[in-house]
Amino acid sequence: PPAHSHSDWIGPPDKHSNLRPVIFYVPPEESALERRLREARQEAQASNQRFWARHNRAFRQEKEEFIYSRLKAKGLEMRDESGQKATLNAEEMAEFYKDFLSKNLKKHLQYNRDWYKRNFRITFLMGQVALVRALRWLRRRKKNVEQ
Amino acid sequence: MSAARRCRPPRALAGLFVWRLRNTGVRQIPNRFVHLYHIASNRLITFQYFNFLKRMYVTQYNKDLSQRAKPKSDSIVSPFYELQPLDREKKVVHKISPVSPVHQSWSETSSRNELREMKSAAETEDSVIPVGAESKEDRQWKEMKLRLDDLPGILARLSKIKLTALVVSTASAGFAMAPVPFEFTCFLLASLGTGLASCAANSINQFFEVPFDSNMNRTKNRPLVRGQISPLLAVCFAASCGVPGIALLTLGVNPLTGALGAFNIFLYTCCYTPLKRMSIANTWVGAVVGAIPPIMGWTAATGSLDAGALLLGGILYSWQFPHFNALSWGLREDYSRGGYCMMSVTHPELCRRVALRHCLALIGLSTVAPVLDITTWTFPVISLPINLYISYLGFRFYRDADRSSSRKLFFCSLWHLPMLLLVMFTCKKSVLEKEDKGDLPGRSCERAMEIRLP
Repeated sequence: PPAHSHSDWIGPPDKHSNLRPVIFYVPPEESALERRLREARQEAQASNQRFWARHNRAFRQEKEEFIYSRLKAKGLEMRDESGQKATLNAEEMAEFYKDFLSKNLKKHLQYNRDWYKRNFRITFLMGQVALVRALRWLRRRKKNVEQ
Repeated sequence: MSAARRCRPPRALAGLFVWRLRNTGVRQIPNRFVHLYHIASNRLITFQYFNFLKRMYVTQYNKDLSQRAKPKSDSIVSPFYELQPLDREKKVVHKISPVSPVHQSWSETSSRNELREMKSAAETEDSVIPVGAESKEDRQWKEMKLRLDDLPGILARLSKIKLTALVVSTASAGFAMAPVPFEFTCFLLASLGTGLASCAANSINQFFEVPFDSNMNRTKNRPLVRGQISPLLAVCFAASCGVPGIALLTLGVNPLTGALGAFNIFLYTCCYTPLKRMSIANTWVGAVVGAIPPIMGWTAATGSLDAGALLLGGILYSWQFPHFNALSWGLREDYSRGGYCMMSVTHPELCRRVALRHCLALIGLSTVAPVLDITTWTFPVISLPINLYISYLGFRFYRDADRSSSRKLFFCSLWHLPMLLLVMFTCKKSVLEKEDKGDLPGRSCERAMEIRLP
C-alpha cells in the first residue's frame, strides 16, 4: 500500500488461512480509543490467522494421509500410470470428512466463542470511535459557524 | 374464480411472458402456462428467479467445486443457496487436481447443460467473461475505503437480495392463499416489511460468519470477507433495515405479523447461525425459519393464525429438507473443513432418509389442503405428478447417495416449489363462494387503506 494513504488496506487471501490480511493505518494523532480498536483488530487478525492456517494445514495433511492409507489398502500407488494423482471417490472421502469434523468439534466450539467475543468487542469499539469522530466533527462545524 | 382475482393488478404480463420464454431452459413445458393470464406476476418473478438461479448454479458448478447455499433465515428460506460471482479460473484449476475424476465428468455434463440452458442470459455471459479479469484484480491489495457508488451493490450482496426476493415471494404466496379479499396496500406493506426483515437477518448472519465464509468456496466473495464494508456498517445497515421492517409490519399490517417477523430474525441470527457450528439440529431450525414467511403472509392478510397458515408453513418446512440436504451433499468437504455440523457430513444416512421422508410428507400435506378448505380437491390431483416426481428423485437420492442424484433432487426442488405454489393458487377456493357460505374470517390491516369488496 502506498505510503501517503490514509486508510487501511486489505490484501488477497492468505495461502494457508484463506483470510485476507489487513494493514492498518496509524494516524499521527491517534487517540487512546482508536489505538485500542486498532490493537483489537490486529490481535483478532493474528489469532484468526494462526487458527485457520494450522487448521487448514492439518486438514490437508490428514486428508493426504487418509488417501494414502486407503490407496495402499486397495493396493494402488499415489500416482497411476499416466502420472496423475490417484484419488478416492466422494463416498470414501465422506468417511474422512465425518471423522475430521467430529475430531475438531471441540476446537471449533472454543474458537467460535472466542471469535464472537472478539467480533462484538471490535464492532463496539468501532461504534465508539465513530461516535467520538462524529461529535468532534459537529463541534468543529459549530466552531466554524460561530467564527 | 376470476371475480375473486379481479383485484390483482394486471402487470406487463405480455412482456414478462416473452422474457420468460426467452430465458426458459429445457425443462419448460409451454402448455402449462396457458393459465398465465390470471397468474400474478410475482409468480413469474419467482419462476424467473429459479430459472436464473438454476443457470447460475450450473455455471457455478462448472467452474467451482463444492458449494452450497443456505438461504436466509428464512432461509428459509432456508438456508439455502446463495449465488456468488464465479470464482477465478486459476484457483479452480489448483483445486480440481485432488478430486479430478469425479468432478471432471461432472463439469462436462454441466457444461453441456450450460450450453443447452443458456439462452440470452446476460447474467451468465457477464459471469463467464470477467473471470479472467477477476483473478488478476483479486491478487492486488485494495484500499479499504467505502465508495458511495459501490454501496448499493455491496449492500445488495450483504443482504443477499436474491434470496430476500425469494423469501418475499413465499410470503406473498401466503398472502395470496389467505381466504380474504385481496388488499393491495396491505400486500405491499407486508412484502416490504418481510423484505426488510430478511435483509436485516442476512446481514447479521454475514457479520457473524466472516472467517468461516472466507474459508468456504461458495461464500468467499462476500462483502465483509473482502473488506468492502466495515462490520460496524453492516450492523448499522441491519438495524436500519430490521427496525423499520418490523415496525412496518407491526404498525402497518398487524402485531402478529410483526412478532413473527421479529421472531424469525431472532431464530435465524441467534439460533440457526451459531447452531450451524454446534449440532445438526440447525437444519430443523433453518426449516422453521423458512416456513415462517408464508405464515407471515397469511397472518398479514387475515390477522390470525389459522390452520391454513400452518399448512402453508408446513409445506415450506417439508420442502426445505430435500432442498437443503441435496445441496449439502456436494459440499461435504467444505463443511468438514469449515467446522459446520451438517447431516450430510456426520449422519449421511439420516440426511437422505429425512429428505425422502419430507418429499413424501409434501404429498400428504397437499392432500390436507382441500380438507382445510383452502383449495379445491383438484389441487392434490394436479400436484400429485410433481410431488411424485420429487419423491421419486428423493428415493433415488436415498438409494444411490451420489452426486448426480443429489444434484437432480436439488434442481428439481428449485422448480418444484414455485410450481406447487402456483398450482395451489390456481386451485384456491374462491372467496366469493365462502362469502355466500357466510364464513369470511376477519380482516387485519386496520390502519392501512383498504379496497373493500362490496
